[in-house]
Amino acid sequence: MGFCALYLRDQTKGAALAAISREEVAHLAHLSRLAVTEQELDVFAGQLDVIIQAVAQVGQVAAADIPPTSHSVPLTNVLRDDVEEPCLTQAEALSGAPDAEDGRFRVPRILEEEA
Amino acid sequence: MSSELIRTSAAAIGAAIAAGEVSAVEVARAHLDRIAAVDDRVHAFLHVDAEGALAAAAEVDRRRAAGETLGPLAGVPVAVKDVLATKGVPTTCASKILEGWRPPYDATVVRRLREAGLVILGKTNMDEFAMGSSTEYSAYGPTRNPWDLGRIPGGSGGGSAASLVAYEAPLAIGTDTGGSIRQPGAVTGTVGAKPTYGGTSRYGLVAFSSSLDTPGPCARTVEDAALLHAVIAGYDPRDSTSIPAPVPPVVEAARRGATGDLTGVRIGMVREFAGEGAEPGVSAAVREGIEALVKLGAEVVEVSCPHFVYALPAYYLIAPSEASSNLARFDGVRYGLRVGDDGTHSLEEVMSLTREAGFGPEVKRRIILGTFALSSGYYEAYYGQAQKVRTLITRDFTAAFEQADVLVAPTTPFVAFPFGSRTSDPYQMYLADLFTIPSNLYGGPAISVPCGLSEGLPVGLQVMAPTMADDRMYRVAAALETVVPPPVPPALG
Repeated sequence: MGFCALYLRDQTKGAALAAISREEVAHLAHLSRLAVTEQELDVFAGQLDVIIQAVAQVGQVAAADIPPTSHSVPLTNVLRDDVEEPCLTQAEALSGAPDAEDGRFRVPRILEEEA
Repeated sequence: MSSELIRTSAAAIGAAIAAGEVSAVEVARAHLDRIAAVDDRVHAFLHVDAEGALAAAAEVDRRRAAGETLGPLAGVPVAVKDVLATKGVPTTCASKILEGWRPPYDATVVRRLREAGLVILGKTNMDEFAMGSSTEYSAYGPTRNPWDLGRIPGGSGGGSAASLVAYEAPLAIGTDTGGSIRQPGAVTGTVGAKPTYGGTSRYGLVAFSSSLDTPGPCARTVEDAALLHAVIAGYDPRDSTSIPAPVPPVVEAARRGATGDLTGVRIGMVREFAGEGAEPGVSAAVREGIEALVKLGAEVVEVSCPHFVYALPAYYLIAPSEASSNLARFDGVRYGLRVGDDGTHSLEEVMSLTREAGFGPEVKRRIILGTFALSSGYYEAYYGQAQKVRTLITRDFTAAFEQADVLVAPTTPFVAFPFGSRTSDPYQMYLADLFTIPSNLYGGPAISVPCGLSEGLPVGLQVMAPTMADDRMYRVAAALETVVPPPVPPALG
């Protein structure tokens, strides 16, 4: 079977059964720290459903005994000598920050203020 | 003179500067003038650094006048994809979340360009955070393909490829995570090479998918691509997956290929890529390209890579998973945009409002998709399974390279498509990566070289080689170039 046939078949086959619900997408968006709008949720839920049904094809491969590959370079524990080198100055490190104070990154309030 | 200069190869420009026939400043001016004349129509650039370019060119002229021996590309202009950090020069990844960010340091690739005397003209447009195949996901508007301004230039590195074919730059740098150098090369009729993963440094490359991201050269000729490859490649202790080995002899290989002799080279045609995956016109052009390689002495063997059909689904789990983690750094604290910090919102709300305002739709989709694939309950079936498929794809390559020296396939299934034709169904956009992704998952090098036209638009032939055998693909690509010369785009005026 050719490629397109494979993709088209699976996309139509799964059309009736949703792989992901709008509520799940909303939850994932929250976990991802994305304040998505209701309109975006409507669009993303349908699109992600199509995408997830397509990528779920990896499940057709018999791979129970196959080791996973995380990256292609056969290197582990890459270490180097601890050599002193010039690095960014404090001002350079802070130069792109949206807000800085006293030589530090300023962040919004983390804890609720005491009454 | 300047209209000839901008159409000259990088190798010839470098030679002319070395011979004192033209100054680096004149070369830089000619390209800056061209950008000023045509980029309002092409929009290849997000930022043009005329001042920096002229200063760098003047420095090359000064050093040459002082009698210094400089490299073959000294004084040659180059355009850099906006995903690589350039010290003091805006670097946005075509995203609103990094609008106006000026990095305090250079990426290793950028540093090596400067050290070799290349003249950086500016930063090129791309799909936001390198996610896309058309530049339609740039937050600053798309780049238009000089072959037809109503069509996409490919992506994500569409700006780099378009800058070459618009004669705004003789060389450009791209990055390839799933095809972002090769597919733009194919649809613009230019050369785009993805080096071996780890062969070029990721230091200073804004991370999308760290196990796949690979900077590489874009050019109008194979030799130019090889010359640029040789400048940017090589071990970098600042990248933990950089390969500590010599750079493959890519320039020598390109020159050997240019003799047009491929006697003894075994070319593998992937059976699973020979079906109906590509448009008929693309398949026909690639078939003719392979016949041309046979006439040059190559031997064609058919190889089977049964897991290649699962490369696209595996990639669209692995890359978004890594992206969802990598893009967590855009939290409105250390760089870029911050929204909602008015005293009424918590830190977490400020982060969510910042990311919502700063990221475009494709980036959000991929972050959500990656978060899904990594979440407990789905991890094994999606991300974990995709990593196992990645192992099987690597084994397919290893077996195929026992029978063949290189593999060939179309670069992308379709020629440049009209704007808007694939944005409503994201999966249709992902199909552009069908043939490029296997090499990314395996880590081996691959190049796209022009291979004729279909419906008047460029087609790319892809040559894939084993890990750290980048030279092989340059030899075959340069040989093809001798019989299928680079197509000449219609005049932009």
